[in-house]
Order: sequence, then structure tokens, then C-alpha cells
Amino acid sequence: MQFLQILIDGFAISSLYGIGAIGFTLIFGVSGVLNLSHGAIMVMAAVAAWAGAGDLGFGPYGGAAFGVTVAVLTSLVTYGLVVRPIQTSTRIAREEREIFVLTGTLLWGIMLQEAIAYFFTSNPKTVLPLIPGVVSLIGVRTPAQEILTAAVAWAVIGLLWLLVNRTKTGRVLLAASINPRGLTLLGFEMSTIYFYVWALYGLLAGIAGVLLGAFLGVSSDNVGQLTASAFSIVVLGGLGSVGGSLIGAYVVGYLETVTAYLIAPSIRTIPVLLLLVLVVYVRPQGLLGRR
Amino acid sequence: MDNRKSFAAILIVLAALALLPFGVSGYILGLLTLGFYTAVFAMSWDLLFGFAGEVNFGPSFLIGTGAYTAGLLNHYAIWPIWACTMAGAGAAVIGGLLLAVPALRLRGPYFGLVTLVAVLLLQNMIVLFAGTTGGEIGLDLPDVLAVDDSNNYWIALAFMGISGLLLFGLSRSAVGLILQASGQDAVQAGALGFNVTKHKLAAFCVSALFSGLAGAMLIFYEGTASVGTVVDIGVGVQVIIAAVLGGRRTILGAALGAVFLIGAGEMLRPLGELSTFVVSAVALVVILFVPGGFLGAVLHGERR
Repeated sequence: MQFLQILIDGFAISSLYGIGAIGFTLIFGVSGVLNLSHGAIMVMAAVAAWAGAGDLGFGPYGGAAFGVTVAVLTSLVTYGLVVRPIQTSTRIAREEREIFVLTGTLLWGIMLQEAIAYFFTSNPKTVLPLIPGVVSLIGVRTPAQEILTAAVAWAVIGLLWLLVNRTKTGRVLLAASINPRGLTLLGFEMSTIYFYVWALYGLLAGIAGVLLGAFLGVSSDNVGQLTASAFSIVVLGGLGSVGGSLIGAYVVGYLETVTAYLIAPSIRTIPVLLLLVLVVYVRPQGLLGRR
Repeated sequence: MDNRKSFAAILIVLAALALLPFGVSGYILGLLTLGFYTAVFAMSWDLLFGFAGEVNFGPSFLIGTGAYTAGLLNHYAIWPIWACTMAGAGAAVIGGLLLAVPALRLRGPYFGLVTLVAVLLLQNMIVLFAGTTGGEIGLDLPDVLAVDDSNNYWIALAFMGISGLLLFGLSRSAVGLILQASGQDAVQAGALGFNVTKHKLAAFCVSALFSGLAGAMLIFYEGTASVGTVVDIGVGVQVIIAAVLGGRRTILGAALGAVFLIGAGEMLRPLGELSTFVVSAVALVVILFVPGGFLGAVLHGERR
């Protein structure tokens, strides 16, 4: 019984982690940026969905759409206001750009977090579920929202696969993550590609944020932890590898769920951290990393 | 600026600061005391990042290790303050060596992640063993450095002055140059015959030593050790912001940035929750427009 419960809960939370981490790894693959404001963008989406469904009166579906839209806009602003100026600055040496992007996005994430806390307080917010009610799934009482979460996550992953493998834009994105210089030589404008990647990233982070808000509830205090978990998943799977990120998401999601159920909820992140240290020592490029 | 002139300038500023307790209130002295300890954190961080080129996201791992070792020894074994502080510094050096092992094997973001994980693990352990460590509430210490504001201020100032002079001297010495070369191009530095591994290990030990010392002294100043003041990721972020604001690769800039940051945080306190927002925004603007930081901008202007 408890085994099935772990199986179902772990699957839902892992799928959620998966789409968040895919967006994170996509940006790294294409532009070499580790976006430390990731958690803040997810929380923005969740809080916007909560406010949209409640105070603004958009209803649950309108609220969810509003949340995702806010995330896409925030993501584009992050790129335009923070990442791009650092990457194109002539006063920052090339080898130092990485630390500047990391510090810059970290500060930007803190600003978003503080702004959310100021306008909406740091109390946890639960987004209205899109489908209310509880269903019995192989003998386990499961909220319908939890099934929807896993279904939406996998639909998004499927669409992403179609986009990358079946459309021209997608193939350009894939090529950009493999060899940006070659793509420039073929006459593609990198800035357009970056725009698409950040918009796509915002979409993924937004959907993950709204689903998380409806599933577990979020507050502005979760920002750091969400960023850290996406970072861990991506390193575990291999930076820049989408498949690796998915595997990483399931490893982390299940490890956390098992720990929470069988040992204690208060230490749910510790086994993941230990595993991460081990992986980084033994196989720094991660499970499916390229380097 | 040549070395002798900058040393003279530092000594004049330190002497002026030493006279401050005769003129200003205890409130300002308390603020500066905190600023001075943060300054040592930031200078140690700058030695690792600015010179050795190692992106350490977890300065609070070293600070916290030093602080909690000292705190636990004082609380349970009732060791005198100086012995606890030494033990804390020693523990921090061991922590520094633990970090140095992956640092010598990993590059960029991977090492950054290990340091981040180190902080999270330390924090989780402290909260997990709350019965012994006091957890999130904190660990109260039987001893304090001094009761009087002025004495506390002088101790912190002397400590910052000595640490700063040593770190600054080190950064301007041949060792500092070799570190800088190893940080920027390890292969070429090695090809020139310098032992990159040895120098980086030394940088980790020195950085950890001062971080641990400062962490231990800070808790004996405050009379309590808590996660929020010496371990939390936020503490580490503040140290990094201070060093980048003041100007990385200058050591002294880090100290300026730290005192500025503590002062600004206090002045913006009336803004309540928005104060962190404003400080982060200012730091972001500095990073975007004056990437060299305060001191970098001044020195750069002078060189032209």
C-alpha cells in the first residue's frame, strides 16, 4: 500500500521536476547560461496563477494561463535585462562572464523573491486545482490534480520532443545546443535563437511553477530550494542533456519521496545531496553528460 | 599604486578608525564591528575567487564550520575562547582541504555546485542534530569576547587590520602573482614551471583559516551561534556581493564592499522587506555597469 503510494506520489513530483529541469538545461545547452533565478521564475508563475484565479477573477484555467504568461515575460526580461548585457559587455573579460552571469541571475532572483514577498507576503499559496476531487488509482486515494500534473508534464515533454525533432525551429535549437558557431556560419542569427530559447524556457518553467503551486503550494521562501533542486537534477543527469535531466528528475523525485515516507520528511533532501556529491566526484559530467 | 604607498594608506585609515570610539555612539560601533567581521569573510573569499579563480558559492561552509566547532567546544567542553577559536580555525582549514580536492578536479559550475551542496549539507546537519547544536534557534555561548562596545570594536578592528594586511601582502607577493596566473590559465602556469596544485591548496587553506577565525570570533562577539548568521546561503551570498561590489581581485575592495553592505542594509531598514530588494538591485546595477566594483573603478581611472 505504502509502496504504491510512493510510486504514485513520486511519479507526479518527478514529472514536475522534469519539465522545470529541462528548461534549465536547455538554456545551458544553447547559451551556456546557468540561470540562478530559475526558482524565482517558477514561484512568479505560481503566485500569478494564484492571484489570477483569485483576486483578478480569471477562474482556474484563466489563472493558470496568466501564470504561464507571466513566467514567459519574466524569462524574457531576465534575458534582456540581466543575461544579455553581461554577455555583450566589453568590460567583462570572457573567462569571467560565467561568474558574472551566475551572480547577476542570483541577484535578479533575490529581487524577484523580495518583490513577491512584498506584494503578496511570503505565506504559502495554493493554486486552485484545475480538476477538484479524489479518485482511486490501483487502490490508492489520489487527488485528481496529481494525475493531471503527471499527464500535463508528460504531454509537455511529448510536445517538446515533437518540436525538437519534427519542426525546423526545433532542429535549429538542437543544432544551437550542439554547435552554435556552426549555426552562425550557416547564416542563422543567434540573437533570434536565444529569444526563442528563453521564451521556451519561460513556458516550461511557468507550467512547472503553476502545477507545483496547485500540487504542493509554494511561497517566496521556496525560491532557493527550487533553484538548488533544478541545479542538482541537471548536474546529476549531465549539463545540457535533456534525456539526462529527465532521468535525473526521476532519481531525485523518487529518492526524496522514499526518504520522506520511510525515514522522515525533515531530511528529504539529504540523500539527494549526498548522491550529488558522490556523482560529482566519480563522474563529474553527470549520467548522460557530453564532456 | 605601488605597494609602499598602499600600505601607508591602509595604516592611516586603520589609525583613523581606531580613534572612532571616542566620537561616535555604541550603535554605530556595533554596526562597524559586524562590518569588520564580514570584511574578513569577503577578503578571504576574494583570495580564492579573484586570485585562485575558484568560484566558491559556499563561503559560509568554511565560516560555519569554524563558528560551530568553536561554539560547540565552548558550550560543552567549556574551553577558553582562544582555544575554541584556534580549534575552529583548524576545523575550517580541514573543511577547506575537503573543498580543495574536488576543486582541483572540477571546472566552473561543477565546483560551484559542490560548494553549494557543502553549505546545504552543513545546514541540514545542524538542523538535524538540533538537540546538540541548538538547530535553528541557535547555540548560546557561556563566554563573550568583551562586554563593552568599544573593546569589541577594537578587537574586531585589530583582527580585520591584521587579516587584511596579511591577505593583501600575500596577494601582492610572488605567491599572489602565481595564484593569479594559475587561476587564469592553469595549463600555461604549469608549463612555466609553477606548481599549480600546491599554490591552489595553499590558497584554500589560507582562505579557510581566515574565514574560520572570523566566523569563530563573530559568534563570540554575538554570544550565540545560529544558522542564520554564519551558515545560511544568504550569508554566503552577502559575502560574494560584498567582494564583487567592492572590486574583486583587490582584497581591500572586498573589505570596503562588506562595510558598505552592512551599513546600507542598516540604513535601508525602514524600508522593511524592500531593503534586500534595493541592496540586490544596487549590486546588480554595479555588476552591469561597473564590473570592476568600487575600487576597480577608482584604480582603473587612475591608471588612464
